[in-house]
Amino acid sequence: MAVIRDLNKDKMDVVEGSYAVAHSVKVCKPNVISAYPITPQTHIVEDLSQFIADGEIPNCEYINVESEFSALSALVGSSAVGARCYSATTSQGLELMHEVLFNVSGMRLPIVMTIANRAVSAPINIWNDQQDSISQRDTGWIQLYAEDLQEASDMHAQAYKIAEDKDVMLPVMACMDGFILSHVYEPLVLLEQDLVDEYLPPYEPEYKLDPKNPMTFGSFADPECYTEFRYLQQKAMDNALGKVEEAANDFYKTFGRYYGGLIDEYETEDAEIILMAMGSVIGTIKETIDKLRAKGVKVGLLKVRAFRPFPVEAIRNAIKNAKVVVAIDKNISLGLNEGALFTETKASLYNTSIDVPVIGRMIGHGGRDIPLSTIEKIIDDAVNVMKSGISVESQYADLKEELL
Amino acid sequence: MMSIRVGGVCDPGSTRINKTGGWRTFRPVYDYDKCVKCKLCELLCPDMSVLEREDGYFQFDYDFCKGCGICANECPKGAISMVLEEK
Amino acid sequence: MNFLFKSGHRGCAGCCDAMVAKFTLMAAGENCIVVSPTGCLEVMTTPYPESAWGVPWIHSLFENAASVASGIEAALKAMGKDDTKVVAIGGDGGTIDIGMRAISGAFERGHDITYVCIDNEAYMNTGVQRSGATPYDASTTTSPAGAISFGNKRPKKDMPAIMAAHGAPYIATTSLGYPKDMIKKIKKAIDVEGPTYIHAHAPCTTGWGFDSSKTVEVAKLAVQTGLWPLYEMENGEITSVKKIGKQKKPVEDYLKMQRRFKHLFTKEGGDEELKKIQAIADENIVKFGLE
Ligand SMILES: Cc1ncc(C[n+]2csc(CCOP(=O)(O)OP(=O)(O)O)c2C)c(N)n1
Ligand code: SF4
Ligand code: SF4
Ligand SMILES: [Mg+2]
Repeated sequence: MAVIRDLNKDKMDVVEGSYAVAHSVKVCKPNVISAYPITPQTHIVEDLSQFIADGEIPNCEYINVESEFSALSALVGSSAVGARCYSATTSQGLELMHEVLFNVSGMRLPIVMTIANRAVSAPINIWNDQQDSISQRDTGWIQLYAEDLQEASDMHAQAYKIAEDKDVMLPVMACMDGFILSHVYEPLVLLEQDLVDEYLPPYEPEYKLDPKNPMTFGSFADPECYTEFRYLQQKAMDNALGKVEEAANDFYKTFGRYYGGLIDEYETEDAEIILMAMGSVIGTIKETIDKLRAKGVKVGLLKVRAFRPFPVEAIRNAIKNAKVVVAIDKNISLGLNEGALFTETKASLYNTSIDVPVIGRMIGHGGRDIPLSTIEKIIDDAVNVMKSGISVESQYADLKEELL
Repeated sequence: MMSIRVGGVCDPGSTRINKTGGWRTFRPVYDYDKCVKCKLCELLCPDMSVLEREDGYFQFDYDFCKGCGICANECPKGAISMVLEEK
Repeated sequence: MNFLFKSGHRGCAGCCDAMVAKFTLMAAGENCIVVSPTGCLEVMTTPYPESAWGVPWIHSLFENAASVASGIEAALKAMGKDDTKVVAIGGDGGTIDIGMRAISGAFERGHDITYVCIDNEAYMNTGVQRSGATPYDASTTTSPAGAISFGNKRPKKDMPAIMAAHGAPYIATTSLGYPKDMIKKIKKAIDVEGPTYIHAHAPCTTGWGFDSSKTVEVAKLAVQTGLWPLYEMENGEITSVKKIGKQKKPVEDYLKMQRRFKHLFTKEGGDEELKKIQAIADENIVKFGLE
């Protein structure tokens, strides 16, 4: 199934991406929102604050915390009491939460948090890349990446559905590129309350902090049992693979829109070259593909929607018949000189019979513009790999040599 | 051990399977002739090992008493003495 | 009596943390939710799959108990269950050092929570390292007395005053030497609406170096020397102090019972140091009108 959109123009509003997300959160009926302002997440939490001030979110408290560390820590308490919880952050704020991220997933608290993806300091930079959330890949959070405003908005209802599934019970980061998606106005369909109520059941955890049944949360696990705690978290991630797909399919049934489950494919059927990417760059890549397809270049796109759990099987299937694969990353693992999507895609193919050359290209860091020409250049590299094999496995594709 | 429930929750008061009485070197013993039932030992015991009897006097719960000696040290009437545990 | 804090925990014999926890639950009753930061109390009460807590209890991290408590309070409010009391209870390190940002934020926001700080004057769980609550001249594993040192060089951080500056409606200092007073104050703190703070002085047999039977005795001496004044503050004003009057004892009586101050009595120059500590006690006596 390719991307399917509800094209009913009557139902569309022109709103900012942040507003659309705030609206989605509102109709998911959270009980506690706790966040700390940081660009470019601010508009989301400002809009939510206004909803609260206007009495539009019943049975909900907004905690104006003194830091991101406390934003998420407060939600540990709220979620353990059985509240549906929401936060949003990015970059420095997300890095400040690092320790709490592990804690939330380890306690199996299904908190949903928007990440308005942004570069990390130093040097300080407020613009978009995905280094912030990618750097949190091992914290046990599900990570979904949105391609455009409508998907970012819709993703939040899906995120709660996945997180709160009793076979999952894991927190979810709904990642949207900062500014590019958070600060842009577009016509889109705001989630309808009645449909969300139909789609998303109320949150009812099996265990909660309750004087009537006084359970203990957050105990100390010794070597006799720690491994099993971790194993069960991984098992929940395995379960999430199916639940991400299911949430997307159910969403389609209720709302008539679909953006892929774990992954989505565009022009891959006969593609010799497959580009892989996450987030808003997908739009630019699709445009480039359309242009080059017209010239007869057999190029397609594999959109990775879920980075955690990493959809190994789905990726293998999607790229197994290609002649070359390029993983595009808005992040870098310093010291390895590779982006995460590249490294993990390569790893997914090792020990299989799939023998496709894979190269990695890093672009768009710290908000660097990604024109079609950058993507075309990357496709040129891929064509050369087809002709004469890999010359450079991984590198920045938009480096300014003159600054070095 | 039972299988791990989601998030690893534990049942209330379940440490009571762990009998800490084995830690003791000295054991507290009451001299009921001296005890005036002031309840101070019951209040102070860090291990909740002073149990009230029906007659209002107290007895030690040797399953858990660690033999810290606080009860004996604080008893205003000197009604508790610590004697070497015979093992 | 059926205590909500249960036997079988792994606290040392004579453990101060266990006593404060027991008293806190006596004051709070069943209808509460308790949060603890990482520290002795947390480790000794909840070795998976066991728990010494008879009330709902949660531990998240070392530095965020006050934030977790905020979130619980907010959630209870949102879900219409605000008759349940929220109590945080944890060590001096988790409260006044690494947890400072969290408790400051929670109190400034005015959540209806009670925070009980168990002040055993060092990081006991990790092996008696110095904290901001370690008193002047105490030898700890990271402020050891040595050839050129008398131990910790700084006086205790005045946490109750900092909490008072946050506008907390009720603050009290308490001591394990006066358990009934402690329970009464914790109960009052829980009953007062808004963020309330209890600072409980709690001698640690292991970290301070005294016999396990002396926890209460040592605590009493801290009060009777003037080194640990007991008072209540309501809306920033001191509304009651525990007079020590005739009971007033020299600081040596307190210090000599503890291994952590042993160097003051054996090392050259110790006399001068004792005078400085006596001066701290005397200042307290004047400042709080303890006589
Ligand atoms: C972020 C972080 N830093 C350090 C530690 C290690 N640590 C655990 S408990 C503790 C000391 C606890 O001291 P305190 O809060 O005074 O409680 P106590 O054990 O003395 O009762 C330390 C340093 C940790 N768990 N987390
Ligand atoms: S010796 Fe200590 S543990 Fe035993 S009953 Fe007395 S106070 Fe409790
Ligand atoms: S070290 Fe001190 S605080 Fe920690 S368990 Fe032992 S007596 Fe209690
Ligand atoms: Mg301490």
